[in-house]
Amino acid sequence: MELTRMTAAELSAALAASEVSATEVTQAHLDRIAAVDDRVHAFLHVAADSALAQAADVDTRRAAGERLAPLAGVPVAVKDVFTTENMPTTCGSRILAGWHPPYDATITQRLKQAGAIILGKTNMDEFAMGSSTENSAFGPSRNPWDLTKVPGGSSGGSAAAVAAYAAPLAIGTDTGGSIRQPAAVCGIVGTKPTYGGSSRYGVVAFASSLDTPGPFGRTVLDTALLHEAISGHDPMDSTSIDAPVPPVVAAAREADVSGMRIGVVSELSGDGYQPGVLSRFAEAVELLESLGAKVSEVSCPHFGYALPSYYLIAPSEASSNLARFDAMRYGLRVGDDGTRDAEEVMALTREQGFGAEVKRRIILGAYALSSGYYDAYYGKAQQVRTLIIRDFDAAFGQVDVLVSPATPTTAFGLGERADDPMAMYLADLCTIPSDLAGNAAISVPCGLAPEDGLPVGLQVMAPALADDRLYRVAAAAEAALVGRWGQPLLASAKGLTS
Amino acid sequence: MACMPITRDEVAYLARLSRIALSDAELDHLAPQLDQIITAVGQVQQVAAEGIPPTSHATGLTNVFRDDEPRPCLTPGQALAAAPAVEQQRFKVPRILGED
Repeated sequence: MELTRMTAAELSAALAASEVSATEVTQAHLDRIAAVDDRVHAFLHVAADSALAQAADVDTRRAAGERLAPLAGVPVAVKDVFTTENMPTTCGSRILAGWHPPYDATITQRLKQAGAIILGKTNMDEFAMGSSTENSAFGPSRNPWDLTKVPGGSSGGSAAAVAAYAAPLAIGTDTGGSIRQPAAVCGIVGTKPTYGGSSRYGVVAFASSLDTPGPFGRTVLDTALLHEAISGHDPMDSTSIDAPVPPVVAAAREADVSGMRIGVVSELSGDGYQPGVLSRFAEAVELLESLGAKVSEVSCPHFGYALPSYYLIAPSEASSNLARFDAMRYGLRVGDDGTRDAEEVMALTREQGFGAEVKRRIILGAYALSSGYYDAYYGKAQQVRTLIIRDFDAAFGQVDVLVSPATPTTAFGLGERADDPMAMYLADLCTIPSDLAGNAAISVPCGLAPEDGLPVGLQVMAPALADDRLYRVAAAAEAALVGRWGQPLLASAKGLTS
Repeated sequence: MACMPITRDEVAYLARLSRIALSDAELDHLAPQLDQIITAVGQVQQVAAEGIPPTSHATGLTNVFRDDEPRPCLTPGQALAAAPAVEQQRFKVPRILGED
């Protein structure tokens, strides 16, 4: 079998049995990147030399009889928001072009310790602000299903890399849907773990109370393997939860929903949703019921206010976090010709270093936090956040998980929403509630919308620290759906073959 | 506040506070967009939330402490490696005080 078509679980088994070397697996993926990335543009930086050096090290250790972690020798692509000691980290921004961070993010370190091979850094909307990668200062990524469509965002490069078979696994971050939305529109699996379940140390901050690193894979089991490898308490992140990692891999293997109570969220449906998205979602729910789940409808009355609440809270936090880009200690500096003072240099640097969406959000955040507007905007948004958490609490009193479409529509066209911020923001309509509540959620492919032949994602949401339930439901749905289709959904993607 | 939550002048003022030297053309473009966005997010004001406590983060964690122990950190060379300008093992910055 072609190495790039294998799942991470298959690669892990073949590597452990020494049927293939980490060097061969890594080279196959580097070759695939070379063959497709001029069209997909999933990567901002390909780390061929360090990937092959890491692979050689794994091969040496395995030959010496060392017991290695499941992902040893399995390649992974890393969103360019995670710091990496010997690779550039740009966050898709001109202000960080060429920056080499002096330390690794905790997740970068954990991947290296697990022996996972870091292929390179993936493209993203600048500072993770966006739903299409079109806000990257280095040009957009493209959807492997149809190269005229966006791959979603902000972790669009990571999703596109996995969907293009350029990497079996990838890491992203989810602040308002930035893992689940690209996973849904690229026809792959993506998880936002419980907030605090995966470390933010070394993740360039966008909205600190929401930012959550998480995994992408082509299968639910692969996604669980990566979830487990990156998770767990980190003393370097003061919001990291000191609790055992939920048994996500075991749940993905069990894939049993019999007796589970599944709630369909009434508010995440209706106007603004593409008919083909709703029909595939409804079929997936019926399927789960046929597998033994008890399905009911559940109302979360404040979810309709999640989007406006998020677009006050996230920009407010961003306006504060991005103040660190001041042209003094690292990154771009513009206009320092001896005549200008520090404030002028800062303003010129930020003007030239930030793109339009980042400027919009900084100014929006500054507005929401200004005296006189604080109570009406930021304060009110925080109260709505409480009400959304209470909606979830009430719902999880009745059911074990909630389900909804992952996105209101399938992948939209490049350029279609690029200069219409409100239209772009709607892409995160279904994913935002879980970010505000800090609970766990996954998107798993549930079919193609009949009207455009593009993938639809089923979102499953679970209470904080019950991430294993996501994998139990997603794996059951995946097994039944792939059985029905006769092949994984991604096998029907045509963007890179035609 | 109903029809015009933010004016072009306010956007220019907030950009100055945010240390972003927006051009006039950008201001013309951004101001109506921000007006539209603020009108949309202003929907939160419709929610009855009297007496509802605000949520700043969802974990419920407070006051996370660790022992204050010395541990390895970046060397001056590593810390200064990405600096735009360096002098005498320090970050070199433009003047911070005006003439007057």
